[in-house]
Amino acid sequence: MTIPASRKLWLGYAVAMLWLYVLLWPLIGIKPEGLEFATSTEIWAKLAVVSAILLALWQLKQRGVFDFVSRPAQAASQVFTKAADRVPTWIWLVFVLAGALVFPFLTERYAHDVAISVLVYICLGLGLNVVVGMAGLLDLGYIAFYGVGAYTYALLSVHFGLSFWLCLPLAGAFAAVAGCIIGYPTLRMRGDYLAIVTLGFGEIVRIVLNNWMSLTNGPNGILGIKAPGVYWWQDGKVEHIWLGSLEQLYYVILGLAVCTVVAVYRINNSRIGRAFEAVREDQTAAELMGVNTLGIKLLAYAMGAIFGGLAGAFFASRMRFVSPESFTFIESAMVLAMVVLGGMGSIPGVILGALALIALPEIFRGFELYRMFVFGGVMAMMMLFRPKGLWPAKRMGVRSEEKD
Amino acid sequence: MTQQPILELKNVSAAYGRIKAIKDISLKVYPGEVVSIIGANGAGKSTTLMSISCVLPITGGEILYDGVRIDGTAPDLLPARGLCQVPEGRRIFPRLTVEENLDMGAFFRKDKAGILHDMNRVFQLFPILQERRRQHGGTLSGGEQQMLAMGRALMSRPRLLLLDEPSLGLAPLIVQQIFRIIREINESDGVTVVLVEQNANLALQASNRGYVLETGNVIMEDDAQALLANPDIRKAYLGE
Amino acid sequence: MEVFLQQLVNGITLGGVYALVALGYTMVYGIIQLINFAHGEIFAAGGYMGVILISWMVAQGYPPFVCLGVALVLAMGYCALLAMAVEKLVYKPLRSSSRLSVLLSALGMSIFLQNGLMLTQGVYDRAYPGEMVRGGFEIGGAMVSYMQIVIVGITVVLLVGLNTLVFKTRVGKAMRATAQDKTMSALVGINASRIISMTFAIGAALACAAGIMVGMYYGSVRYDMGFVLGVKAFSAAVLGGIGNITGAMLGGLIIGMIEVFAAGYISSEYKDVFAFIILIGVLYFMPTGIMGENVDDTRV
Repeated sequence: MTIPASRKLWLGYAVAMLWLYVLLWPLIGIKPEGLEFATSTEIWAKLAVVSAILLALWQLKQRGVFDFVSRPAQAASQVFTKAADRVPTWIWLVFVLAGALVFPFLTERYAHDVAISVLVYICLGLGLNVVVGMAGLLDLGYIAFYGVGAYTYALLSVHFGLSFWLCLPLAGAFAAVAGCIIGYPTLRMRGDYLAIVTLGFGEIVRIVLNNWMSLTNGPNGILGIKAPGVYWWQDGKVEHIWLGSLEQLYYVILGLAVCTVVAVYRINNSRIGRAFEAVREDQTAAELMGVNTLGIKLLAYAMGAIFGGLAGAFFASRMRFVSPESFTFIESAMVLAMVVLGGMGSIPGVILGALALIALPEIFRGFELYRMFVFGGVMAMMMLFRPKGLWPAKRMGVRSEEKD
Repeated sequence: MTQQPILELKNVSAAYGRIKAIKDISLKVYPGEVVSIIGANGAGKSTTLMSISCVLPITGGEILYDGVRIDGTAPDLLPARGLCQVPEGRRIFPRLTVEENLDMGAFFRKDKAGILHDMNRVFQLFPILQERRRQHGGTLSGGEQQMLAMGRALMSRPRLLLLDEPSLGLAPLIVQQIFRIIREINESDGVTVVLVEQNANLALQASNRGYVLETGNVIMEDDAQALLANPDIRKAYLGE
Repeated sequence: MEVFLQQLVNGITLGGVYALVALGYTMVYGIIQLINFAHGEIFAAGGYMGVILISWMVAQGYPPFVCLGVALVLAMGYCALLAMAVEKLVYKPLRSSSRLSVLLSALGMSIFLQNGLMLTQGVYDRAYPGEMVRGGFEIGGAMVSYMQIVIVGITVVLLVGLNTLVFKTRVGKAMRATAQDKTMSALVGINASRIISMTFAIGAALACAAGIMVGMYYGSVRYDMGFVLGVKAFSAAVLGGIGNITGAMLGGLIIGMIEVFAAGYISSEYKDVFAFIILIGVLYFMPTGIMGENVDDTRV
């Protein structure tokens, strides 16, 4: 980098820091008791120092100062990737699955709880991935289907005593119907209108759940939902037992997640999956090729909704309680962020995204308050630095003219 | 000619993504000239003009205006330096009135009296625009839009005017009127003009010199009269 | 009749506020085709800036109207700077990216700002000091508070000011030109980046004023108040025909009226639903909005 360019960079940095202080100080420093500078200056100084160091490091990297480290590291990682590529995929899958199966024996209660959350979000993320990643329809109200699934099971369980296993497909079906109802009027809309309309639908569902006292008991929620039950060989005879403990629930959701992964993988590699992709890349061209775009979009909505509904039913059985509070917009944003962070259209990416967004914050428990703050910032910055996600899908966005 | 060219392209290349649109184009335009660039569809004529206006970043070579490199500068700084373009398709602001369109042409200028004077000069050149001054640009006919686009460019008091397909889609009578005015602003206002045209005959007749572009390369340059007389050119571009 | 009049008065007050916020959405959409999700948060930040500045000035013993006036101006400046920072940091580098990327980063920015407000200002409602403007009068059985008069007055001044700016000044012309054709506006010497930045700043200043007035009207602000109001204001912008300034003003007024009347005559629990239903209905049946396409003289 030339010296004038470098000077310009640091001048920009100075302006940005000044700007930051002007934005930061009034929020923290103006109090009815008087003006205070110490707190805001301290926070600002920390931010300024950190960003200055990052900027300097970046500048040094541009000049190639770290080449002696990065070159061998790059070579090593290349060797590693090549070696890893040689191992067939199924071996990796067996390893991951085996790890997931023995996980409860190696860890204690709290880890089980987190693992269950992660798996629920994996199901949700994969479901949303069908809509957003594969079909390219931005859905900001996805959590509504989760809610529909949860309430379906909650109501059927509490009022009619129906079993979890019977309600699971019903929850999926109800969610699919809801997906079609929401999907139909939005089909002809362009991407960003679609986003805001699905957001509106999501909010409508939440408000209805919150206010339809006679059916949903409003904000108080529904209590007394039963856990899944199975017949199991116990003490020499087959008995009906409730899968109420966390380990048991862990295996239920693990099974559900594995089914979801398999289903989404199969969809992705089917004719329908390619039709989704065609609609995403160029709707007009897809239509001219004979793809029924309206039908395909509706199908994408319904399929995505089914996975949401299944996860919702599990959520209700795991918490034994549902209330509208669990289905706010921020949850939709969270699931969307997983898909985006992981890599749209990529199954391992979504799993990675769910791990990153649910498990990582649990490790930094002390910073609970900062979780959404950091999350929002990362989501915005992600689009700048790695718009295709942590683990990009192989076929995503590779257009003919971009290929060599 | 020994004087300094007002515009010089040295081995300029430009691309849309990976598709190379122009390759190693070199040309010179001297003050006071009318130079036409002719060629078939897709030969890179409009790309050349967009590169000169710095709207399209070039991938190689140099563009000199008044002997100073301009490639890489922001396009919005060029009108103030006297370099102005009337792009293909005219690109009138459709929901601005005729007057507002003209005023936007003089956006960088702050001299109110001068702007008013120039607007009257444009109305003199194109009386129809005065009649339609309060109408939206989008409601004008094709010919009127072309006049408005040229008038808007003149509002910046250009020294070098780039015109992209001024005859496109216009009735022959209107085309003649447009070309008469091109000659007039060249002769009486001393504006240097670079003219890109598919209608090679018309363009060369109005020009001093011409360049022939084919698939992104300059394949010939000569005096306009010589090009008009060249049998190859007559065959390829003049429809004989 | 009395109820009707009362709702009318309340509807105008609320509708004006929606119109102010809707303008920010419509102007930004008009110029860079982005649904600026962070706009609702700018509105909330405005409400907070108002409460921060007014509380401080009241504590210093300035008279209420001085407090309100100075706070309004300073907070509007603050929000303009905030929106410009967001634009420069996040939206500008993404100008040539896919719309989905920009939309997602806008969403991220919205979450970031909302939680930033929560972290610095706390999770609980923050009350505006006392009643800034007391009392009111009665017309035909409807109570009109002086506060409402002040709010409607400020709204009208801001709307007229914006109209003048956009349709009468050269900068306004340049804004409209940039929205209509960015390449061409560069070719005539308009710096599109500066115009876009300015559009964000103006929209943010209007949203900020709306935030302060909502805060005064309801007596308090909350860190997440920008979300629902943002969606409603966006609905207003869509209803008016997105990109259309007069449309946004009209749309805001209509949404405000519908909300107030629906709350009064149908159900107050579901009042938030109506804005969403209108949004969906408009997009389905007349996606260009009431001022779209045919009457587009006032598009940005």
